[in-house]
Amino acid sequence: MKPGYYFQSDLLQLLLDNLLRDGYTCIGPQVRDGAIIFDRITSVAQLPHGVSDEQAPGSYSLNHSTTSKYFDWANGPQAIKPLLFAPREKLWQSAQSVDGQISFKTSEPDLKPMAVIGARACDIAAMKIQDQHFLQQQFVDPYYRARRENLLIIAVNCARPADTCFCHSTGDGPFVDDSVDSNGADIVLTELQDGFLIEAHSNQGKKILKGLPLHDSTKQHLEESESIKSGASKQNRQLPKFDIKSRLFNELNDEAWHAIATKCLSCGNCTSVCPTCFCHSENDVPELDGKTSSHYREWDSCFSQGHSYIHGITIRSETSQRYRQWLTHKFASWFDQYGRSGCVGCGRCITWCPVGIDVTESLAHFEERRRD
Amino acid sequence: MNKPTVAVHKFSSCDGCQLALLNLGEPLLVLTDLVDILHFAEAGPLDENAKVDIAIIEGSVSTSHDIDRLTKIRDNSTYLMTIGACATSGGLQALRNMADTQQWIADIYANPAVIDSLDNSTAIKDHVKVDLELWGCPINGRQIVMAIRALLFGVLPVEEHDKVCMECKRQQTVCVMVTKNEPCMGPVTRTGCGALCPSVGRDCYGCYGPAENPNTQAMANRLQGLGLIKDEVARRFLFINSAADAFHQQGLRIKEAE
Repeated sequence: MKPGYYFQSDLLQLLLDNLLRDGYTCIGPQVRDGAIIFDRITSVAQLPHGVSDEQAPGSYSLNHSTTSKYFDWANGPQAIKPLLFAPREKLWQSAQSVDGQISFKTSEPDLKPMAVIGARACDIAAMKIQDQHFLQQQFVDPYYRARRENLLIIAVNCARPADTCFCHSTGDGPFVDDSVDSNGADIVLTELQDGFLIEAHSNQGKKILKGLPLHDSTKQHLEESESIKSGASKQNRQLPKFDIKSRLFNELNDEAWHAIATKCLSCGNCTSVCPTCFCHSENDVPELDGKTSSHYREWDSCFSQGHSYIHGITIRSETSQRYRQWLTHKFASWFDQYGRSGCVGCGRCITWCPVGIDVTESLAHFEERRRD
Repeated sequence: MNKPTVAVHKFSSCDGCQLALLNLGEPLLVLTDLVDILHFAEAGPLDENAKVDIAIIEGSVSTSHDIDRLTKIRDNSTYLMTIGACATSGGLQALRNMADTQQWIADIYANPAVIDSLDNSTAIKDHVKVDLELWGCPINGRQIVMAIRALLFGVLPVEEHDKVCMECKRQQTVCVMVTKNEPCMGPVTRTGCGALCPSVGRDCYGCYGPAENPNTQAMANRLQGLGLIKDEVARRFLFINSAADAFHQQGLRIKEAE
């Protein structure tokens, strides 16, 4: 790690105050309803100070941490995705005038500057994938773009991965890729025992650093950071090492899909918490008088019936087909679309699956089959 | 041009779904501009035998004269829409289908002979053709407005049959099953309520009935994993929509396995 800057933990409020003063709406982690969720913050007192998460397939709980750190947890059900790809939003409204003419009015994207604090390396990697999808295609999504351009990201390197994390094996964590100007985080923090290492990764980030009384980091600080990184890289789960893409495409009729389907609820929780899943449906909500109607976009899932409904036919009516669709897209055809796998190893789909289906286990099955 | 006509009929029910109409507020006035409500006993208009474009039915078939009434309503209407768990699946009162109704009546009433009750409470669709169903106990104003609006446009409403989980996640409600081990029925239950119960921190109890493609067996296994005994698991399915096929079959499978 390069030498950088260091600041005492008690200066965290100053960072927040500076952002608020500059007009940012600040979004940060906090404890709510038994989980770490991201919502508006104005004070460091709202951060999950001394709180750790314990995650397992189908299970999430919070405990008192053995440290007094602010970021001694892995992740919660969501982070950046809902801030950029809104779970539900109005795209346009249509109105019919007295003479029967129909007019359309586009919803204006939200342009308020927003700063998110506490995003993880996996969240940044996932956001870059969503950037590819929403911004780097033939058609750019104006709503995503407006929010993305107005989003400042202060990421925090992971110190304590959950049992369900496997970002080390996907190459997306536990530390944020520290190449500057990678169009990811603007600022990256590493939380040490009594302070933070801070690095600017963008010009905007550099500006914000100027407003803080920083010290040069010492050799001890960097050693502590390296030790955190190597500790956080030791994770309990990993992706299998075989060529997942070709293996999945070669096993489309494998019995395994049916075996998983006996357990899978086809409820869509995995895809909703997945930070890279971008599927949505669109629907119209007319006013009762029939004169105006609003057109909405909302999160959908390949686990819903509507996802594969085309002109009177549901192509994937069975759960085995829906689960296969998810996995073969995320881990196989995603390479053709975006040049990489769609999985960043955050482990959310494992934790938030009500029946605890473990995607690393599902994939490993295909390795076992190969050895048969 | 004559306005389309509507009738609201009640069978065995608590009237809560009719309240979804009565409690609409201002939209109720808009509605009366758009349609003529010819029969709606709870609101005032009375003309039970009126021929209408849309007949809305609350309640289940539960007494001996219900079937004749229902047949007439079907003959008198172009579209027949059931609202709520009672009309759509038999409702809470269908719990008696699994008990000895005559014995219950004998145990409870001083003069059982005056009680006119069929042994089973059944859904409207078990007796006449139903054109569309609104699930829920009770349904809400949004559902009924969307359904009537669609019919006035001359199309059938889009069916809402995804799992409650999808709506929970869109609202960013934290999963009560994963964080609190609540026996939430959301993963097998039809959406439409706005994920009301989980949004206030409690478990879904399935009042909107089965979602499409519900894996009730996996759900039952999970509930047992959470520590519910078989009888408790069976009761999660055999409750407000006990006669809805997917819930009924699963409930019985658990009971038989006991």
